[in-house]
Amino acid sequence: MSAVVVENIIKTYGKKKEVTALQDISFEVKPGELYGIIGPDGAGKTSLFRILTTLLLADSGNAIVDGFDVVKDYKEIRKRVGYMPGKFSLYQDLSVEENLNFFATIFNTTIQQNYDLIKDIYQQIKPFKRRKAGKLSGGMKQKLALSCALIHRPSVLFLDEPTTGVDAVSRKEFWEMLKRLKEQGITILVSTPYMDEAGLCDKVALIQTGKILSINRPQGIVDDYKKPLWAVKSPNMLQLLNELKEKNEVEDIYPFGEYHHLVLKNNIKKEELEQWIRQSTTETVTVEAVRPDIEDCFISLMKN
Amino acid sequence: MKQFLSFIKKEFLHIWRDKRTMFILLGMPVVQIIIFGFALTNEVKNSKIAILDNAKDAASTSLMTELNASRYFEIEKNLYSYNEIEAEFKKGKIKLAVVIPQQFASDLQHFNKAQVQLIADASDPNTANQLTNYATAVIMDYQKRITNDRKLPYTINVEIRNLYNPQLKGAYNFVPGVMAMVLLLVCTMMTAITIVKEKEMGTMEIMLVSPMKPQMVVIAKAVPYLVLSAVNISSILLLSRFVLDVPINGSLVLLLFESILFILVSLSLGLLISSAAASQQTAMFISLVGMFLPTIMLSGFMFPIENMPLPLRIVSNMVPAKWYFTIVKSVMIKGIGFHAIWKETLVLTGMMLFFLTVAIKKFKIRLA
Repeated sequence: MSAVVVENIIKTYGKKKEVTALQDISFEVKPGELYGIIGPDGAGKTSLFRILTTLLLADSGNAIVDGFDVVKDYKEIRKRVGYMPGKFSLYQDLSVEENLNFFATIFNTTIQQNYDLIKDIYQQIKPFKRRKAGKLSGGMKQKLALSCALIHRPSVLFLDEPTTGVDAVSRKEFWEMLKRLKEQGITILVSTPYMDEAGLCDKVALIQTGKILSINRPQGIVDDYKKPLWAVKSPNMLQLLNELKEKNEVEDIYPFGEYHHLVLKNNIKKEELEQWIRQSTTETVTVEAVRPDIEDCFISLMKN
Repeated sequence: MKQFLSFIKKEFLHIWRDKRTMFILLGMPVVQIIIFGFALTNEVKNSKIAILDNAKDAASTSLMTELNASRYFEIEKNLYSYNEIEAEFKKGKIKLAVVIPQQFASDLQHFNKAQVQLIADASDPNTANQLTNYATAVIMDYQKRITNDRKLPYTINVEIRNLYNPQLKGAYNFVPGVMAMVLLLVCTMMTAITIVKEKEMGTMEIMLVSPMKPQMVVIAKAVPYLVLSAVNISSILLLSRFVLDVPINGSLVLLLFESILFILVSLSLGLLISSAAASQQTAMFISLVGMFLPTIMLSGFMFPIENMPLPLRIVSNMVPAKWYFTIVKSVMIKGIGFHAIWKETLVLTGMMLFFLTVAIKKFKIRLA
């Protein structure tokens, strides 16, 4: 049995349904999977999470979480899932400990009962347990929110953009925490706008403007990328970008870190490419063949 | 049950940690009672008057002394010509001028009849009215005294007795009014605001994805305000009894029971507003405009309902405070029992059930 099943979910907003948030979304999450929903802002990630956590009703389609229908059995789902909204949503005027205690009681449990589950995470914020939640730093807030979402040992955990607005080190720590939770057998759905986090999931669904572009293992998505990809660099990057954009042989070119990534329509040798570029520019250009990563795949999927 | 208690505890913590709001909520009734009791009063005391005494005889002098001696008036100035009167009024110091004609005493003695002119500053009609009434009363008293030894044909003596409030104290009217106002403000506005705050802060989102029943969330939020209101009622009653000398003539138990009923009406109204409002500002605006103003204007506290045109009288029936105001006045001031206010009690109970049902029906178990 799948932990989460989503079938043909459509969600629109507005009186005349003029804004479409989700267009016919379907996917499936296996128990114990760390499932990433990856897409830019406004792709429909939060709408999807709210439908799955029974906070919103879809216009049409079905969704089943942990064997329960999100519309009919919403009460059952609310007992057994953990949800961490994108916006920090704990009580700012309560202390760390009070927040955790409160959420434990609300879910009919105690901190002691499930302490083993949150121990790793909670220990990092324990020194500040008397501090008001509103006065914590971004990374600590997020750890507290995760602890609160986990305190009742949920079977499925929904994390809506947990790493947005958090520094690079805390982000890395956070994903390590998720891996350990996964080992405890908790199914985790996590949404993120950061492509580099896709590689850390078991499976990812790339989503844009309410449509799923691709569902695959991260490696699978990369493997599916068949086009020739090159990294190019020159002292004048902007000029290089503008010039190569005009070429017929170029399918796409976009800035990528300190390089531009260049997608060609046909396979050619490195020497050929170097020569071909030199025709159009006087600058010294470095060219290297690169293996695509998730971001290249996403950009390519988006353009189709 | 444990969930429920823990939620109430959390709610108390919110109130306790927001010291400023807490002090406003607890201090407001005290301040209101004191302000209404000592500063804002429409009783006339020591009003400054001017006297133009054209007679300067024994009778006019003793009338002047009489006026000065009453606690309503204080003679500010003696005028010497009729033209000075308007100039004095324009200075704004005096509110009333008394003109005594020449040969006041001899007219009284020979014709059994004399005239006194009262000129009032009617830019404030209520005060002008009251002042002329008081002055007339003082002059009448004086007349009665000097005619005491004579027998006049056909006299009708009007004897006035003001029941329940013989001294015509304003406090008898505003204490019930302040009670209605404070309870409404604390219960309706604060409940509406705190629930909407949970929505705004996103905490409602998490609360909804929990086994806690949404109705429980709402009711748990109302409990601390019930307690707070009970404290407020006690402080208002204590202050009015011991500082303003307003007696509690009826049964205290009945008064408290009716107050709790009114608190419940206000709380359910707050819950209803919270389900309609999306932001704290909206909640505050609806509570203030929709509840607070009608309470002040249409409950009979500031303006008598009997004098209003029919449409407003009909609307006033929908204002819960009107019924509560009548109840408090009946129980506290007139000292009558339940048999006289069962109708009002019934109306309030009906309102509470109606608001509560609609509020719970309208409560959103989802975000949209």
